Order: sequence, then structure tokens, then C-alpha cells
Amino acid sequence: MSRSGIIQFVLFFVYLFVQVLLLRNLVLFNTAFCFLYIAFIILLPIETNILVLMLAGFLLGFSIDVFYNSMGLHALATVLIAYLRNYWLSTITPQGGYESGAAATLAANGLQWFLVYSLPMVFLHHLVLFFVEAAGFTMFWYTMLKIVASLLFTMSAIVLLQFLTPQRRRI
Amino acid sequence: MERLINFIYEYRAFFTFLFLELLCAWLIVENNQYQSTRYFNSSNQVAAQVLGFSQGVREYFSLRTINEDLARENAELRRDLERTRQQISTPTDTARINQFDFVSAKVLANSTNLYKNFITIDKGSVDGVAPGMAVIGDAGAVGKVRSVSERYAVLISLLNVDQQISGQIKRTNHFGTVRWDGTNMRYTSLQFIPRHALPVVGDTIVTSGYSAVFPQGIMVGIIREANLKPEAPFWDIRLELAQDFGRLAFVEVIKSKLKSEKDSLETITIGEPK
Repeated sequence: MSRSGIIQFVLFFVYLFVQVLLLRNLVLFNTAFCFLYIAFIILLPIETNILVLMLAGFLLGFSIDVFYNSMGLHALATVLIAYLRNYWLSTITPQGGYESGAAATLAANGLQWFLVYSLPMVFLHHLVLFFVEAAGFTMFWYTMLKIVASLLFTMSAIVLLQFLTPQRRRI
Repeated sequence: MERLINFIYEYRAFFTFLFLELLCAWLIVENNQYQSTRYFNSSNQVAAQVLGFSQGVREYFSLRTINEDLARENAELRRDLERTRQQISTPTDTARINQFDFVSAKVLANSTNLYKNFITIDKGSVDGVAPGMAVIGDAGAVGKVRSVSERYAVLISLLNVDQQISGQIKRTNHFGTVRWDGTNMRYTSLQFIPRHALPVVGDTIVTSGYSAVFPQGIMVGIIREANLKPEAPFWDIRLELAQDFGRLAFVEVIKSKLKSEKDSLETITIGEPK
């Protein structure tokens, strides 16, 4: 396994345990959840194979589900964004394309690009997650409130996280 | 055949995607079916230990309130015990008197803000806990056991939109279904109270004992709002839960010894429950 592979492998567990031990207990105003773990899928290197992405998304989502007692729910939402990630990345390729080996991070591509890239993905993830959990549209507005509140919370966490972590050298 | 294989290979990403999503969908549907012994939830050894560790850290910050709650509960129990002792006339059927047995358990994980909330506790099949048993806290009903492993169990909380228990207005004895609406952790609703019943704000709701899961008369909550729409056959009742789910630390699992007897009798007469 390459060096970046090992780093990603460790990061997988870091995201999992931060989510399960810390963020599971952190819910603001009873509506805003922080699902920071999807940053793992979002921040993987741009050239990551789509099969690897989906498999990682499934394993991560499934592990989260075990702790949330929500069998398959997080896995479903995470596999969906893992599948769409590469298509979305190629749709929003900046002029001149990505540098080879570049990471899908804020530092590599700038804040504006990063928001355009991550916001729809996080929104989609939350949309699927909360509506499948609610099992329908009976509580439509309350669910939407949860989605928007959680979107803001998760996005702030993901963006802040990138300012806080030291930039890893190009791997 | 070769073209088919080529086709599948070309769209392998899509097919993998489809496969994984169908797998997840199947898991979700499968998991929604009530009550079962399952491995992949927080009753499994590793998950429960991790959650237990996390709870252990948090517990230090709430020791004072936990102690207060336990002391108050102790006092109430002692009073109840004394009262019962006074009341007992000559007991005839010891099986009925010892109908319920209690197992005390510590809460390892608890959520209150999802639509489907679950609670993980540190007692499992070794301690005699089995799916379907009722669970109460220091102030009132908490939920039912959903699945168990050897040393841990997952409860389906009253704060779960799939959970329904039979509740009764203590003053008038009308019974209905207690079901959470998925929003506020302090409030739940009581459904199917007929028009002719006259619930008033402040009435106490207790468990009815019809299901034999909960003993009769376990506190559920207090009515805070009761509305009757002109054409509706039932009241709209909103009640405040007696148990504060936000600070659940210890719970008691109730083993009902006569439940299997009652269930099998009902199965013979009425047919399999759905």
C-alpha cells in the first residue's frame, strides 16, 4: 500500500471515531447535526477510482450506522455521494483542468471552488439521509429545517477543518 | 454473451452503485421490521464497548444529578414498599404477585433528536434480557427491548416514531395509543381517545397493562393540551413525558413472567399477532 493509501486508511478511522465519540453527542438546537464524516469522501484525492470511492463510502456509512442503530441509512446516503463525486468533479473542472495528483481540497483549488464542489454534495447527502430516516414527506418542513440546519453545521465544520489542518505535502 | 460482459464491464461503476444502494435499501427495510436479534447494531460487543467508554467519560459530568435522581427514586420506592406491605391481604397466588422481575441497567448510548431513537444498555441475554421486554426509568416508561447480544441490549425508545405503547387516562380509564410525533423530546401524543371521553389538561397517563409488556400503572406523562376537532372521532392529545430522556442514566428492564402465558392464550383465541 502506498503512503497516501496508509494515510487515508488511518483517516478513515479518525473520521469514524470523531463522528461516533464526539459529534454524535453534539446536536445544536435539536435540529443541527454535524456529519463531518462525509468529509472523508469529499476530500479524497481527485483521481481516486470510483469503485474505491463507493466501497469506502459504503464501509464508512455502514460503520456509522452500527453506532447510530440506523442500519443502511448512512451507507445509502454516503454511497450516493461517493458515486456522484467524480462526475461532479469533472463537471466543475476549472479552466486548464486539475493538476495531476491534486487533492480535492480548499487549499489546492480555492474557497469558491470548494464551496461549489462540496455544498451540493453535502446537501444531497443530508437530503437523502433525513428523508429516508423520516420515511416519507409527512414531516416535510420539519425535515427541511433539519436538513438546512445540519447543512450549515456540517459545511462550517468541513471548511473550518481545512483551515485548521496543516497542509499535507503533495503526495 | 461477450457483448453482455463487455456492457457490464463498461458500466461497472453504475452496477456497483446499484448493487450497494439496493443492499442498503434492503438493510433499511429489513431493519424496520420490529424486534429481532441482530448483530449489526450497537448491541454488538465492539460498538457497545466504544459507546460505553464514551458514556463513562460523560458520566463524570452528570454524577450529581444522577445521584439526586437515584436518591429520590429510592425514597419513593421505600414509601411504595411500605404502603404495599400495609395493603397486602393474605396472598394467594404467588406467581401473580411475583409476576414482574426487574433488572437494573446502565445506559451506554442514547439519542433524542432523530426520528427513530434507540438506547443501548449494558445488560444482555446473560442477565435474562430478551426482545420485547419493557423498560422503565426513574420517572416513567422508557421503551421496549429491541435486540440483545450476550451482554448488551438495544432498546427502542418511546422517542421513536415506530414505537407504540398502550396508554390509559388514569382518572377515566379510557385507553389509547402513545406515539411520538418525531419533534420535541419532552412531548408525545396520545391517540385514539374517543370523543365521549373527557380528558382535561393535567390528567395523568399511565401504561394500561393490555399488552402485558408493561405492568399496569407505570407513569407515562401528563396531558398538556387536549383538542377536539369538530368532525374528528378522536381527541388530539399532547402530553409531557414524565421521563426526561435527555438525562437518562439508569433504567430497569421488566421481565414479565406471565407474558408468555398471556400471549399464548391470546394466540390460541385471537390468532397470531401482526
